[in-house]
Amino acid sequence: MTHSPTTPGVVAGRLPPPVLADNFADLHPPLDAHEAAVAADRCYFCYDAPCMEACPTTIDIPLFIRQIATGTPEAAARTILDMNILGGMCARVCPTETLCEEACVRMDAEGDPVQIGRLQRFATDTLMEKGPQPYERAAPTGKTVAVVGAGPAGLACAHRLAMHGHDVKLYDARPKPGGLNEYGIASYKTVEDFAAREVEWLMGIGGIELTTGAALGNTLSLDGLVKDHDAVFLGIGLAGVNDLGIDGAGLEGVRDAVDFIADLRQSDDLSKLPVGRRVVVIGGGMTAIDAAVQAKLLGAEEVTLVYRRGREAMPASEYEQNLAAAKGVRIIDHAAPKRIVGAAQVEAVEFDYTDDDAKPTGDGFTLAADQVLKAIGQKLGDAASLKTEGGKIAITETGRTSVAGVWAGGDCATGGEDLTVTAVAHGRDAAEDIHASLMGS
Amino acid sequence: MADLTTDFIGIKSPNPFWLASAPPTDKEYNVRRAFEAGWGGVVWKTLGEAGPPIVNVSGPRYGAIWGADRRLLGLNNIELITDRSLEINLEEIKRVKQDYPDRAIVVSLMVPVEEDAWARILDAVSTTGADGVELNFGCPHGMAERGMGSAVGQVPDYVEQIAGWVKKHSDMPCIVKLTPNIADIRMPAEAAKRGGADAVSLINTITSITSVNLDEMCPEPMIDGMGTHGGYCGPAVKPIAMNMVAQIARSPKTAGLPISGIGGITTWRDAAEFMALGAGNVQVCTAAMTYGFHIVQEMISGLSQWMDEKGYVSTADFIGKATPKVTDWQHLNLDYVTKAEIDLDLCIKCGRCYAACEDTSHQAIEMGPGRVFTVKDDECVACNLCVNVCPVEDCITMRVLEPGEVDLRTGMTIPAKDDKRTWLQHPNNPAGDPLACISRGQ
Repeated sequence: MTHSPTTPGVVAGRLPPPVLADNFADLHPPLDAHEAAVAADRCYFCYDAPCMEACPTTIDIPLFIRQIATGTPEAAARTILDMNILGGMCARVCPTETLCEEACVRMDAEGDPVQIGRLQRFATDTLMEKGPQPYERAAPTGKTVAVVGAGPAGLACAHRLAMHGHDVKLYDARPKPGGLNEYGIASYKTVEDFAAREVEWLMGIGGIELTTGAALGNTLSLDGLVKDHDAVFLGIGLAGVNDLGIDGAGLEGVRDAVDFIADLRQSDDLSKLPVGRRVVVIGGGMTAIDAAVQAKLLGAEEVTLVYRRGREAMPASEYEQNLAAAKGVRIIDHAAPKRIVGAAQVEAVEFDYTDDDAKPTGDGFTLAADQVLKAIGQKLGDAASLKTEGGKIAITETGRTSVAGVWAGGDCATGGEDLTVTAVAHGRDAAEDIHASLMGS
Repeated sequence: MADLTTDFIGIKSPNPFWLASAPPTDKEYNVRRAFEAGWGGVVWKTLGEAGPPIVNVSGPRYGAIWGADRRLLGLNNIELITDRSLEINLEEIKRVKQDYPDRAIVVSLMVPVEEDAWARILDAVSTTGADGVELNFGCPHGMAERGMGSAVGQVPDYVEQIAGWVKKHSDMPCIVKLTPNIADIRMPAEAAKRGGADAVSLINTITSITSVNLDEMCPEPMIDGMGTHGGYCGPAVKPIAMNMVAQIARSPKTAGLPISGIGGITTWRDAAEFMALGAGNVQVCTAAMTYGFHIVQEMISGLSQWMDEKGYVSTADFIGKATPKVTDWQHLNLDYVTKAEIDLDLCIKCGRCYAACEDTSHQAIEMGPGRVFTVKDDECVACNLCVNVCPVEDCITMRVLEPGEVDLRTGMTIPAKDDKRTWLQHPNNPAGDPLACISRGQ
């Protein structure tokens, strides 16, 4: 090893490979059969269960947990996958602490919910290890649907459409399908190439033809898609990144957190991935947390996450904040960057302290930095002629856009929470509506 | 601190907790460990006739059922009586009794239905210094096929006859252990009393198949691809055992016959319940086999604390205290009305009460916005199912309607306390007393 956490600048190999391997191992190791039995035992099988209500894909959680408890995790997986074909990924990345597990009545009873997420992973892992995806296609309908974007929304939509007997042309701008599952989630949440394995498993249903390197505005046009297919679904995510709009944002060492995470996810040798000695992450969402924690795990000496409002206003959950703190990330709230300082390479970031409305208080401080990761939100890329609302494609409850024959869902559309699980719900529901509309029912 | 010393048919022990005749009392080593752990007495595992020892299966002897978190609720066994030689057992009993004179040692016996055989074994046991004998008329498997165990216990005439032989050939206190695998437990108890037995102990195990292996299509435990019924015990059998104890305790023909209570006793509270129903002491097996001998310390401390709290100085103060409260259905007060009440502060909104009531009972619980569950007094029959399925203790309770209140379900005005009707006075009873048919405004 040539470098250490204290080596100045942005360099690779700050930690020996065994330490890196350990740092990026599964955040929550899977439950074994005994642990799953004990965890499943705690479910009360609530009537009209609040957890199910809190799940954006409305999985029948009490039923799948009972199926685990009675020794049929494969049946449990079917219960999950019927509603959420990406149930395996959602089991890993869902912020369960603000969804199903927050609603669990055990929270009221003793402040300790049933481990729904980990039980879901136990069920889906069991089924996925046993073989191909279990759904069969209906008789061919002769209809073809274009699905743009092979992220969670597009994949859920494509699978459901294929199941109903439609042919799906699936397009994605990146070299690999999976969207943020593949490029945008902290790697310790989805180890061993799970995102890619899940996509391959899902595509096993057949009838989905994938074209990569194809995006709206480059090789695809909305008009052309509408003309060539019976319906179009857009699950194109948020391609743009918000700017800091301050001096020094162009200095070397300043980059988007999403790119940092994507590089990390695609790296096959973490010891070759450069990271700063002193890293400043700006933002308060999941991307900010994922970037900050991973910078620390790569061996940065100091990682500071700075957010312009109070902790409670952070889009990242309390659980995620605590995770970051536990990994050694320092979180500073109520501060906004004023200027990034440096000659060619970033050297420091000047901050204003801010009030609850993110307005400068007049006081401030400076953090030394050799790497700055921006995570202040993403924005919609090319949405062609579609009507937008609040910077997202406006959709109805079943995903219809302002243009007939075009549906949309996931992060690019209104009504989601920028979560994998809401994207899956969008894609699934749009597919059902497309199917109903194509079959004239 | 309460005095736990117990005198059961003249056999004294420092506490009422005995280990039942079973694997935990099969040999000196175990019994010494039990006494060191604090058990008040043991019933030594059943001895048979002299001669070639009993042969047990060498495959699994036990089957089980489990509750939440694999808590063992019921255990089933196909083990026979002791498979060690009579002589060795007798020597060990003598040695242990010498070393623990303050503890009770009762010896369980099972020999063929022949007077000579009983005379011989009693003679042998009398040399050990043991405090008494227990006649094993209960084992429902294996030995029953050879005309012993429950095969005897199911025939009251045999029970009476053998109890008579035992009293004729021995001065030792004699306990008859009863099988529950019989239509009316009072019959063998009466027979035991007629035969001169000093006490009965119950229950022995219940015939059972605990599980079926669905791959092999065979009952478990499996012995080379075959299974047989076993004897069931453990927490699951406690309600059955307590009813049988109460039946004997309150029957005029057996009233006053000392009872040693057995059947799923796991905690001090279980023991207190058996004793309240009339058991003079208790015998424990499955709990010890599940958790080891040390549990007796919880039983001792728990019973002492409860007795102190209640002001009971000795166990005699509460033995049989609940017996007079056990009655027949026809004597229950039909004018007594309660209604379920849900404590919304304790409610965790799981909705199990609602599902149970709406799907399987009387549609007497309303589910309001925000998962607020309330009882409809005009529908509630006070069945108690909601209380039983609620995961939170004391969240749902039963409120007793006071005299003068109106039951919204029936329109009946609750009468004064002494103006009650049982089925025997009820107007709907064709055989009832017409003079007692008082209108309640129904």
